[in-house]
Amino acid sequence: MRRLPLDRLIAIALLAPSLLAVGIFVYGFIGWTAYVSLSNWNTFVPDLSFAGLTNYLALMRSFRFQADLRNTLVFTSTFLVTSLGIGFLLAVLLDQRVRGEAVFRNIFLFPMALSFIVTGVTWQWLLNPSTGVNLLLDQAGLGFLKSRWYTDPPIAIFSVVLAAVWQMSGFTMAMYLAGLRGVPDELLEAARVDGATEWQVYRHIILPLLHPVTLSAVIVLGHISLKIFDLVYAMTGSGPAFSTDVPGVFMFETTFRGNRFAEGAAISMIMLLLVAVLIIPYLWYSIRAGSAS
Amino acid sequence: MRSMEAATREAVQLRKARIRWARVVVYALLVTFALFYLMPVYVLVVNGLKSFQEVSLSRMWVPPTTFSLDSFGKAFEKLQPNFLNSVRLVVPATFLSSFVGSLNGYILSKWRFWGADIAFPLLLFGMFIPYQSILIPLVQFLRWAGQYLPVQLYGTITGLVLVHVVYGIPITTLIFRNYYASVPTDLVEAARMDGAGFFGIYRHVILPLSAPAFVVVAIWQFTSIWNEFLFAVTITSNPAQQPITVALQNLAGSQIVEWNVQMAGALLAALPTLLVYILLGRYFLRGLLAGALRG
Repeated sequence: MRRLPLDRLIAIALLAPSLLAVGIFVYGFIGWTAYVSLSNWNTFVPDLSFAGLTNYLALMRSFRFQADLRNTLVFTSTFLVTSLGIGFLLAVLLDQRVRGEAVFRNIFLFPMALSFIVTGVTWQWLLNPSTGVNLLLDQAGLGFLKSRWYTDPPIAIFSVVLAAVWQMSGFTMAMYLAGLRGVPDELLEAARVDGATEWQVYRHIILPLLHPVTLSAVIVLGHISLKIFDLVYAMTGSGPAFSTDVPGVFMFETTFRGNRFAEGAAISMIMLLLVAVLIIPYLWYSIRAGSAS
Repeated sequence: MRSMEAATREAVQLRKARIRWARVVVYALLVTFALFYLMPVYVLVVNGLKSFQEVSLSRMWVPPTTFSLDSFGKAFEKLQPNFLNSVRLVVPATFLSSFVGSLNGYILSKWRFWGADIAFPLLLFGMFIPYQSILIPLVQFLRWAGQYLPVQLYGTITGLVLVHVVYGIPITTLIFRNYYASVPTDLVEAARMDGAGFFGIYRHVILPLSAPAFVVVAIWQFTSIWNEFLFAVTITSNPAQQPITVALQNLAGSQIVEWNVQMAGALLAALPTLLVYILLGRYFLRGLLAGALRG
């Protein structure tokens, strides 16, 4: 027992480098980025003189950044709703004691193992207006469904949503399926004996029980889509008239292609703010729930 | 009596027919979705296997008449150095971050001390941040630190390994901590009574139980580092040092590379993580869910 304090000291000494690394590389660097975003460093040569909110104000007035915020909002909401809907539908279908469940599950989930770059490159060809999906629709006699996809500004962003849903909806399927398997059978049987229809069982018993799953999925997919970069960069870039541009792409080009570091820092701080608004309440809630139980 | 029996029989048959129809709808939907998810793979494989004479945008969906590995050969020739770069990046980064995560998880779950309740959420937040918000200082730091070290960090695979290990700390620590929380504290106490110290407990109690957690974390880190793009494209500007995702993006952006070579390249870049998924899918799923669910 005398050795206990020494062991405790070792524990703290071994944890310290990780905490220090995260302290510097996450919080210190965020602080530095915030500082850069308030400076005049918009040339290749660092100039850290104080500029106040100039960079933020310039962004708010910029046509491109306004388009970015709109696109992020549209992308995130459509992507979330579609992924949750398809994920839930697939999970319910797989939960009907189907043959070959494992095969279907693996097919729905494998895109999760791919890089957004692979997905972007592939879907760029699939949604190329002169071939790919359009060609398939033509050959199937469904030519009226053809679209100019990402070359058509009003709908361009939905082409990216389609690729993102292809990649990520298997994830919500897996989460909902795990949730469905956790619903006690007796509960459902009791409801059926009481005369509830299948629809009522799903609507009033299963869905409410799956609320925590939905919340987790919204957090995970939501934070991914708020900071999306690689998929857009590989698939469409900014698109015609910035119709598929997002803050991630704008930040990268401004900072590392245009050497406008302060402006890039300001964009990234706004991205951080968007993600923080989603994540911090969730972390707060889970930590409190976790320590209460 | 007879008519009631007949009515019951009719009702049963009607129910059976309805159930059969419901089954048909279930399978039809499942197959339709399966085709949707497989469609891009079909296009990648089919066009990757066509000879250069046979490739045409108007015949994208037509299978090749003769199999040819020309496109794969050409894609491999272009991407091979970057493929190796990714291997040189992923192997040490996965190894190191699994080890760091295991140690942190052990300490946070079995050596409670003051401040851990504040440190843990702060650590977790680090895995959600958009990395754009640390990218400018990171590049400055890597350039600066390289001057004082025997190895360059900016522009090299070594630098990328460091970056992935550091930003992997939150997720690897979380998975190991949740896993070790299920190891009975009595076991640890018993070992302590027997005179085992910090390392003894880790070596003889914790580590032998850790295999599943190591597999989950290793697969998670392997997949995410292999697929990562933002750090890779920002930190390595020299094509000879770039990982495969950056090289693939360059290949796809090039006007002079045939599109079927791009598709073969995409398949090549996807192959390692696809293999991991096929062989170890169960653990892959567990890693996915571990990142999303409180354990």
